[in-house]
Amino acid sequence: MAQVSFLLMAFVYLAVAVISVPIAKRLGLGSVLGYLIGGVLIGPFGASLVGDQTDVMHFAEFGVVMMLFLVGLELRPQFLWQLRKPILGLGSAQLIGTTAVLAGTGIALGFDWRIALAAGIILAMSSTAIVLQTLAEKNLMKTPVGQASFSVLLFQDIAVIPLLAFLPLLAFGVPHGDAGGHGAAAHAGWIDAVPGWAYPLVVIGAVASIILAGRLALRPVFRYIASARLREMFTAFGLLIVVGIAVLMQAVGLSPALGTFLAGVVLAESEFRHELESDIEPFKGLLMGLFFISVGAGIDFALLAHSPGLIAALVFGVVAVKAGVLFILSRVFRFSLSEGILFALALSQVGEFAFVLIAFALQNAVLPADIANPLVAAVALSMLTTPLLLIAYDKRIAPRLVTPEPEREPDDIQADGTAIIAGFGRFGQVAGRLLLANGFRVTVLDHDADHVEGVRAYGFKVYFGDASRVDLLKAAGAAEAKILIIAVDEHEKMMEIAEAAKKHFPQLKLLSRAYDRVKAFELMKLDVDVVKRETFGSALEIGVEALKAMGFRAYQAERAGRLFRKHDEAAVVIPEEYWDDEEGYLRVFRQKTEALERVLQADLARPPDEGADAAWDTQTLVAEVRAAKPGARR
Amino acid sequence: MPSKVLILLAHPALQRSRVNRALVRAVTELQGVTLHDLYETYPDFMIDVEHEQSLLLDHDIIVFQHPFYWYSAPALVKEWLDLVLEHGFAYGREGTALRGKAMMSAISTGGGEDAYHEAGMNRYSITELLRPFEQTARLCGMEWLPHFAVHGTHSMDIGSIQSGADDYRILVTALTDRMSRDAQRAMNEAQIIPLRPAEA
Repeated sequence: MAQVSFLLMAFVYLAVAVISVPIAKRLGLGSVLGYLIGGVLIGPFGASLVGDQTDVMHFAEFGVVMMLFLVGLELRPQFLWQLRKPILGLGSAQLIGTTAVLAGTGIALGFDWRIALAAGIILAMSSTAIVLQTLAEKNLMKTPVGQASFSVLLFQDIAVIPLLAFLPLLAFGVPHGDAGGHGAAAHAGWIDAVPGWAYPLVVIGAVASIILAGRLALRPVFRYIASARLREMFTAFGLLIVVGIAVLMQAVGLSPALGTFLAGVVLAESEFRHELESDIEPFKGLLMGLFFISVGAGIDFALLAHSPGLIAALVFGVVAVKAGVLFILSRVFRFSLSEGILFALALSQVGEFAFVLIAFALQNAVLPADIANPLVAAVALSMLTTPLLLIAYDKRIAPRLVTPEPEREPDDIQADGTAIIAGFGRFGQVAGRLLLANGFRVTVLDHDADHVEGVRAYGFKVYFGDASRVDLLKAAGAAEAKILIIAVDEHEKMMEIAEAAKKHFPQLKLLSRAYDRVKAFELMKLDVDVVKRETFGSALEIGVEALKAMGFRAYQAERAGRLFRKHDEAAVVIPEEYWDDEEGYLRVFRQKTEALERVLQADLARPPDEGADAAWDTQTLVAEVRAAKPGARR
Repeated sequence: MPSKVLILLAHPALQRSRVNRALVRAVTELQGVTLHDLYETYPDFMIDVEHEQSLLLDHDIIVFQHPFYWYSAPALVKEWLDLVLEHGFAYGREGTALRGKAMMSAISTGGGEDAYHEAGMNRYSITELLRPFEQTARLCGMEWLPHFAVHGTHSMDIGSIQSGADDYRILVTALTDRMSRDAQRAMNEAQIIPLRPAEA
């Protein structure tokens, strides 16, 4: 396989992802299972298109690092603080409980206690990759189950650090070779030279530098990069942050995933969060996919064929024990029955850390190879069970247990939700302030750092970025928001945003400013719900003031203004039969003048007091009364 | 032929009115009932007279539903009456468009029913206080129906709001079952004994 070029490898991986994942999604199996099955198909026991997965997997594990960075970006520090109880309580209880039961079972089966304990610890780990990906796909991350699962995973991530120090103590033989692989103690290097008393200082220094750099240095650096006006510079910078932190963490012997998670949390409150999120997201997605494929391709079916009973018992036993312990914990921590089952099933697999820890244990002579190999096979297979178990949960268990939420009274006025404003210059600010003053949550997108500077202090959620990008809109919460106000300057940009929003977030109500009546009509053709010409309102107000200055009574002027608005806004809409004409400046120009003429002619044709106000001046009634009285003066 | 009912809802702060929201919910799905939210349609008081008049022509029974502010209706109802019931349309020698139709008030009052009494705080009954509406109907040649009122809205629990809403639904349903006057007259002239819709 070594001769296979990098491009061909990339082609195989991408092709299998593109083919298998959409099929899996359509069959309701979820993307993770799609990747895993795709991996099996191209692996040594399928079409044998790819070879040894160790290197690929190490590379792909960086996807987990990126994922934790993104998870961190979603978590504000206060929120993380609120989670401290589930992280420490639930997390430690899961790890200790599961390890104890697994190790106890191992000892009962006659294994050496050290081997049983090491295996127990390793198998107690769950898969951050699978769990978070699956929960996010099911939109469960913000639910109690999602948060509890995340807490357990986070505790496991933290626990890996002391565990890597602890595992070698369980060695029964002489360690051979250097520990390789995933993070932590792996590439320690110079850190070994640091005296013991100074090590905590180095660690604290590294963590503090991440926090300080995130708080202080990021903003000026981002502005500097923004001045280059090149999109790829943002992407490069985002990747630089993640890779840089990973390198720093490895240098001081900490988990890169943990470091980037921390950095994510620090940056969660920055207005650049948005931009970072959408820049890193595709890399994370691809690397995670690659990771799942490599897990699938790495499943050792030869071993499975050789001792199917052993492996099956191992997979079934481990998953059952893990789910059992989790379920008991869910009851202790007062989840509902359905939540408890979901929580137990979601975290029941063994995670990617196990591969690392098994390799590490093997090198440190903690586990013998004849135990390690079946374990590796069992770990990979256990990852395959989770998506299947969750499908079973969705189809069989949830319908019976989950009581549907009582429907809201259908016609009650629901004045809540979030408004997104794209473009926060002079126009967007007025609309945004009105919304905020009335107690609504307002999220602001602007690509000009000067516009968004300082407004966060007033309670706006502010993000830096180009609002026509779907990924950015998504990161800003466009999928959950109620309305989107399009208030950018350029017409082309408005059209892009409107099209993107219509296509990807159909629930959004769209309100847009428009340059003039022709542009307004173009936006209307895109089905933008509300279009307002940007200078029309203030020009009309000046007109009303002018009428008053000319001698109209105030209410007469006001009514005249409102009537004019009504007719003029109706005139913006052009009959559908003119829509499909060939485009062109001349036609647009002609339309524009014709439309204006139509409005003016209509105004002239209508006597000022005609229409809505007629009943206040009932000439006809006067005439009727006079006609009825003979001799009355005409 | 069942009657078509037009409910002209007028509440300047419907979001704060539990009672009127409940009343709206009670009738919103009913067959033959058009609910027309005036404050939602004309927040700028620019009433579309033509549209309103055509709505009136399309319906047999007009119900004004509103809180009983200062022994009368919220301002937009007055504006509506002033502008929509034009001379030559609703009254006057040629203003016969509404003849034979019926009008009714459905109101909510903050005070209790006993306050609307000779000896009570408001000194007059609701029926008396609604005289301007009654006379408006009569001048337009419309039949004036007995009013519907939910009293004591200042201190109302969910249960009594719901029972008020249920009463309203029953009443409006009965209105839709009511034969329009033209049809009644035509049938009387033809000596046909009308069937109840349920029997028809």
